[in-house]
Amino acid sequence: MDLPFLYETFLSLVAAVPLTLQLAASAIVLGAFLALGLALCRLSGILPLDWFARTYIFVFRGTPLLVQIFLIYYGLGQFREVRQSMFWVVLRDPYWCAVIALMLNTAAYSAEIIRGGLLSVPFGQIEAARACGMSRLMTFRRITLPLAIRQALPGYSNEMISMVKATSLASIITIMEVTGVAAKIISETYRAIEVFVVAGAIYLAINFILTRLVALAEYQLSPHLRQPAALPSTPTGAAR
Amino acid sequence: MTTSTNPTITPAISVRGLRKSFGPVEVLKGIDMEAREGEVVSILGSSGSGKSTMLRCINMLETPDAGDVTVAGETIRLKSAGAGKSRLADRKQVERIRSELGMVFQSFNLWSHKTVLENVMEAPLHVQKRSRVECLEEAEALLVKVGIADKRNHYPAHLSGGQQQRAAIARALAMRPKVMLFDEPTSALDPELVGEVLRVMRALADEGRTMLVVTHEMGFARDVSSRVIFLHQGAIEEQGQPQDIFTNAQSERFRKFISG
Repeated sequence: MDLPFLYETFLSLVAAVPLTLQLAASAIVLGAFLALGLALCRLSGILPLDWFARTYIFVFRGTPLLVQIFLIYYGLGQFREVRQSMFWVVLRDPYWCAVIALMLNTAAYSAEIIRGGLLSVPFGQIEAARACGMSRLMTFRRITLPLAIRQALPGYSNEMISMVKATSLASIITIMEVTGVAAKIISETYRAIEVFVVAGAIYLAINFILTRLVALAEYQLSPHLRQPAALPSTPTGAAR
Repeated sequence: MTTSTNPTITPAISVRGLRKSFGPVEVLKGIDMEAREGEVVSILGSSGSGKSTMLRCINMLETPDAGDVTVAGETIRLKSAGAGKSRLADRKQVERIRSELGMVFQSFNLWSHKTVLENVMEAPLHVQKRSRVECLEEAEALLVKVGIADKRNHYPAHLSGGQQQRAAIARALAMRPKVMLFDEPTSALDPELVGEVLRVMRALADEGRTMLVVTHEMGFARDVSSRVIFLHQGAIEEQGQPQDIFTNAQSERFRKFISG
């Protein structure tokens, strides 16, 4: 085994990790907002909104992410109207095209996860909030959404992991994230196995940390689902 | 406690011509009733008689098809939604009136992601926007009052049904409501837990609180309420003071109902 080469490759690839993380994080955060909007459209009971969201989800879940990236990066530039529009500043930049494609894609999957979470909230708890005089927005913000997030988090962590891995497709449109750098090293050295093993290990490490973080968040958010052993049950001075 | 039924005082709750259908089923067929300040009104009836629906129409958890609900002199504004239905005309008004009515549900409906204390503080803090110190003090006093101060940091899932219902009563009281609405508060409880909830409700009645109680607890209706209303198939079949109607009911159905 050529340890110096592995080490050198590792250093080159680690230098690309920030870009991978940045791609994943922007796509996940922006996608989450879009997904929440789509889930609310699905649940709005307003037919045009519902069908818009259904169609969106159908299209973006039903086509490969790679095709979506190609269509956004190469496809949109074919139209003169796009090239002359104000969006061209963003759409001619491969980084933003990758972020947009990843975001649009993850939103379709996440919307269904969030919708499931929202549907799982017991109606009685929403009714109790209304009965207290909460507005619809406050009920959503303080009761429905917090309960839905707790329910959706395990499923949503799957989607986050997928997104971290999906950033590797951005290398196809010239982005030098971890996989892009790996491909470049391979084209220079023809040592595919070593380079890809290192790249794979890096993704594994990122996702290991990610799953730990989600598990921690889940733990923090769900004391109500655990045994109360750790809870302080002594009354304060006011009691008794 | 003597019931002060001074006719010149605006009733705490007044319901006129209340109608409600679910699909083809007419659940309420024009209910008229009122509750004066300090009165405890028990609403009895077999299942399907419309008693829960009537209570839920008072704070507009169900929107009545027709009729007026007036809380402390203010009539809730409804507008026609066509096809014999109505909808709320002014959501803000309904939200304000709801915050003046404390509702206790059959299935407790405590917010499962919040501790008992957080449940009790939620509405005064965020709906009524009172200061945190004041809300905390009052919440702790209420938990002492319903006898679960030692559970203040527990989550609902870690409490018995009776404790959950007492926490729910404290949550409703925390808004300093003008009227308390109880929707079968003991029906989901194991028999041995019913007593602890009824004791709290009796204590509230003794304080002179205005209460509307949909219940199957005959003992509570007879001993605690100032008036009893018996609903049958969406209409008031019998009503009166408990000492009168439990011994001398006009309606054959009510006599049958109370004799079990």
